[in-house]
Amino acid sequence: MSHENTFLIGKSFASFALAYPWDPSKIVIVLDHRTPANTATTASVHAHIRALVKEYGIEKFFDAGEGICHQIIVEERLVRPGQLVLGTDSHTTTAGAVGAFATGIGATEMAGVWATGSLWLRVPRTIQIELSGRLSTGSYAKDVALDLTRRLGPSGADYRCLEFAGDAIPSMTVSSRMVLTNMAMEAGAKAGMVEPDVVTTDWYKGHEANLDVVLSDKDANYEDRVKMDISGLPPMVSGPHKVEHAKSVDKMEGIRVDQAFIGTCTNGRLEDLLAAARVLKGRKVHPGCRLIVAPASRKVLIEAIGKEAAQTIIAAGGTILPPGCGPCLGSHEGVLGAGEVCISSSNRNFRGRMGSDEAEIYLASPATVAASAVEGKITDPRRLLV
Amino acid sequence: MSGQGRVWKFGDDVNTDLIISGKHLDNYDPAHLASHAMEGANKDFASVVRQGDIIIAGANFGCGSSREQAVMALKHCGIEAVIARSFARIFYRNAINLGLTVVVSPNAADVFQDGDSVALDLPGHRLVSITGNRSSDLEPVPAHVKLILDEGGLVPFIKKRLKENRFTVDMELVTQARRLHGSPSDNAPEPP
Repeated sequence: MSHENTFLIGKSFASFALAYPWDPSKIVIVLDHRTPANTATTASVHAHIRALVKEYGIEKFFDAGEGICHQIIVEERLVRPGQLVLGTDSHTTTAGAVGAFATGIGATEMAGVWATGSLWLRVPRTIQIELSGRLSTGSYAKDVALDLTRRLGPSGADYRCLEFAGDAIPSMTVSSRMVLTNMAMEAGAKAGMVEPDVVTTDWYKGHEANLDVVLSDKDANYEDRVKMDISGLPPMVSGPHKVEHAKSVDKMEGIRVDQAFIGTCTNGRLEDLLAAARVLKGRKVHPGCRLIVAPASRKVLIEAIGKEAAQTIIAAGGTILPPGCGPCLGSHEGVLGAGEVCISSSNRNFRGRMGSDEAEIYLASPATVAASAVEGKITDPRRLLV
Repeated sequence: MSGQGRVWKFGDDVNTDLIISGKHLDNYDPAHLASHAMEGANKDFASVVRQGDIIIAGANFGCGSSREQAVMALKHCGIEAVIARSFARIFYRNAINLGLTVVVSPNAADVFQDGDSVALDLPGHRLVSITGNRSSDLEPVPAHVKLILDEGGLVPFIKKRLKENRFTVDMELVTQARRLHGSPSDNAPEPP
């Protein structure tokens, strides 16, 4: 799987002078990072990729506006339990939510995979994250992920696989699980996985052919076990500049917010837009703040319209962007200026990521982002959910 | 032993947004990328860095995105090697694949200061100061990684092996693809 960086893959692949990739049916390409094109350069990159897709007979191609690659491959059931998934994006770990081993690689080695169907990988050691209890109102999988990143640190899971287990998992949707496996990357993990269960097999209803569910060995040897009781976990806010700088929302409340962004491969799914709409219903975005929402896929947007979440967001004064990565990586559609503060449902708050080096990014759940948009300052969503 | 280079010191967790910001990624030209290298961590770096200079960093260098442009930017602005206490995995793989020397050192960040003049002694597994009075240890490069580095990166590595027919290509799939999408252009050589 690859996105705009298919341009680089294509360049390296062309130097092998092969007529076709080893198996075009296994290649997925999604244009999502700068869609619709933000510059003339991007437009020609997109055009180049469209031509390459035709030339090589790559049928699993999703053009600008379809959504984010990590969302598409799960939503379209292109990834299945037990598979090995390689993507030229660090958040490829997201697909581990359905029990695949999914990991990020670079563009040049993807060209090698296109040419040969092979790649070197070291089998990682596994850290088990045992989640127990139940989230209370106003807290979400994102708050668990931020708290876990705080505990592990930015390299606490380097080269390791994170396996999410425990009695909190069965009540989590595939979308919520994707938040955990997506954010596993922020602790450096090579992969984040959730053992397939009935929620997973339900996800593949109507797509059961050759469903190969791989379960953890009962006597599996874990390098470490981290236990987290998520009952009573408060909403968390991370930042600025480091994901592991996570604190409970009460320690961050009152910080001025110029822009609030809901979307991305972390939190741009239907349940995220519904959570935001619940907060925004009958309210208005604060006059000093902009609310920007980018659904993770076209399907998410259609469903959000069906459930009136999109209408609620727009009525509250929010702007809905086309499905895609939006302003998360700072190339367009909501770039931050010097001195501006953004609260975002994305996964990275690195300095300069969304624009100016002098801007600040805080990370939180869609509900916390929505509540902060209403108040124009970082706000505990539980205040607006009563 | 390589020539002499200046040390550029950076701390822990230098992420790929600091190495090359997302706003510069729409243009893949190496010279463009090099002109913005390390901009997020040191604004003067790209204009002052010279061919042969060496980056010494703390733990988890290159964390964050999978963007290969981070390696392209460093390589094309002249960086000879990145020596760090540890590397984030995708950055490490990208560096090897593009032929940028990356070496783990437990103590280089303690021994050397920003602006020091050093020489890289890869066969001797050490980094030494030009005055010769200080040196730090370098961990040996793993054997499977060295195979790729010795060829100058992944593209020449794979090219050589394709020529030697060391990968099997499923001809059935190639035939199918050809049937669906027509013959490849005339000047493209046949797959092995």
